[in-house]
Amino acid sequence: MKLKSWKEVNPGAVITDAGNSREFKTGSWRSFKPVWIEENCIQCLFCWMYCPDMAIKVKDGKRAEFDYDFCKGCGLCALECPGKKGKKAIIMVEEGK
Amino acid sequence: MAKVVAVTGNEAVANALRQVNPDVCAVYPITPQTEMMQRFSSFVSDGQVKTELILVESEHSAMSSCVGASAAGGRVITATSSQGLALMWEILFIASGTRLPIVMPVVNRALSAPLNIHGDHSDAMGARDTGWIQLWSENGQEAYDNTIQAFRIAEHMDIRLPAMICMDGFIISHSIERLEYLDDQDVQAFVGKFKQLNPLLDIEHPVSYGPLILPDYYMEYRRAQAEVATKVAQVVLDVADDFAQLSGRKYGLFETYRLDDAEIGLVILNSAAGTSKDVVDEFRDRGIKAGLFKPRLYRPFPYEETGEALKHLKALCVLDRADCFGGSFGPVFVDIATSLYPYRERPILINKIYGLGGRDYLPGHAELVLNELVDVAQTGTVRNYKEYIGVRE
Ligand code: SF4
Ligand code: SF4
Repeated sequence: MKLKSWKEVNPGAVITDAGNSREFKTGSWRSFKPVWIEENCIQCLFCWMYCPDMAIKVKDGKRAEFDYDFCKGCGLCALECPGKKGKKAIIMVEEGK
Repeated sequence: MAKVVAVTGNEAVANALRQVNPDVCAVYPITPQTEMMQRFSSFVSDGQVKTELILVESEHSAMSSCVGASAAGGRVITATSSQGLALMWEILFIASGTRLPIVMPVVNRALSAPLNIHGDHSDAMGARDTGWIQLWSENGQEAYDNTIQAFRIAEHMDIRLPAMICMDGFIISHSIERLEYLDDQDVQAFVGKFKQLNPLLDIEHPVSYGPLILPDYYMEYRRAQAEVATKVAQVVLDVADDFAQLSGRKYGLFETYRLDDAEIGLVILNSAAGTSKDVVDEFRDRGIKAGLFKPRLYRPFPYEETGEALKHLKALCVLDRADCFGGSFGPVFVDIATSLYPYRERPILINKIYGLGGRDYLPGHAELVLNELVDVAQTGTVRNYKEYIGVRE
């Protein structure tokens, strides 16, 4: 995205285009990455509910992949995931490992 | 038809606010401004204005409420003084940085400690670099007129900055003077309907106020704000022209009094300028070419115009009713000296600190200073560049 000059910015830093946080990709903040283990998933969608960044995609009512453009790696989904028979369906893996 | 009245400065400004009939007023009254807001709240209770009056628990909250109401899209006022202004300090920057045209009369008074409730400019001087417009007023009439003009200046679509109207505590706020009120309809027509800019309550066009702006953009917003400051002076002059047509009273960026052919001069703000003008007249009667310069638009400071108006003098004294502790000279002195710096030929400058905490400024003080300037102009030597006057040694 081309950065604006001081002549182009809105008075008082008011944001006039709604929903533009989509343009602000926060994925690079992550130091731990959630990884989905599909065979342990019971499709409860707790992860989808708890994710503060809407980084868990749902397709046709079913859990789909993470949106790593926005996932900050907070780990909430992994904490809340009940998994199957004590086996988590989300684990946190250190980035770059 | 204008109406001639005998009123206090507080009463005059409260009446100007009634005539403007703003949407919201959030206030925590503080002496000597108390009477102004007490009167305004009576207008609210008596149904003479449609203003939503928000009574808050502190000035910090008063200014915060003003920020919210202004961002929501209303014409917003408050008033304060002294410690109250000091407590607002954090939010003053948010109001100006967010470009919210809040209008606030400030009844100038000393800061604690020691505790004191009297006239002094330390409060507004402490807020001079907060990004607010400051209009200073010599008397009740000027405070009334400046209040009405402040709405037009602050709300101008090229400006959108908050504005303070400064007047001296007690000397002006509590003294009864003769002044002229404009008609209610004339004031209404003069200030016009409030124009909104990105109001929060326009739910068809949702906006966000107060975002986090990181190093990649912060400087661009600050640069833009510095640019807006350069446009204020012309708007102040245009609004003053319209106001002169309505009222017959002329205003500029500053007032010059017998200054054009003067050799020595005083620079002085607010009520003490009145006293000083009488003494300038006495010196003129004795054939001494004395003059006076009274800033009106003090922020943004019109330094180019100021330097032009003062550069021909031989000796000039800037009188400050506030000091910069640990700094060099009084605040007004620093600005005047800066405005004269680009000129090779410029007056010799001295600085006097006077009238702190309501200490009387008497004609004898102006006389002493002018006599000293006569001497400085003749000899070219300065005994003391900065000094307190009217103080027991
Ligand atoms: S780690 Fe946090 S941000 Fe990423 S998907 Fe899980 S809950 Fe959302
Ligand atoms: S919380 Fe765990 S089990 Fe539930 S849908 Fe998400 S990944 Fe699957």
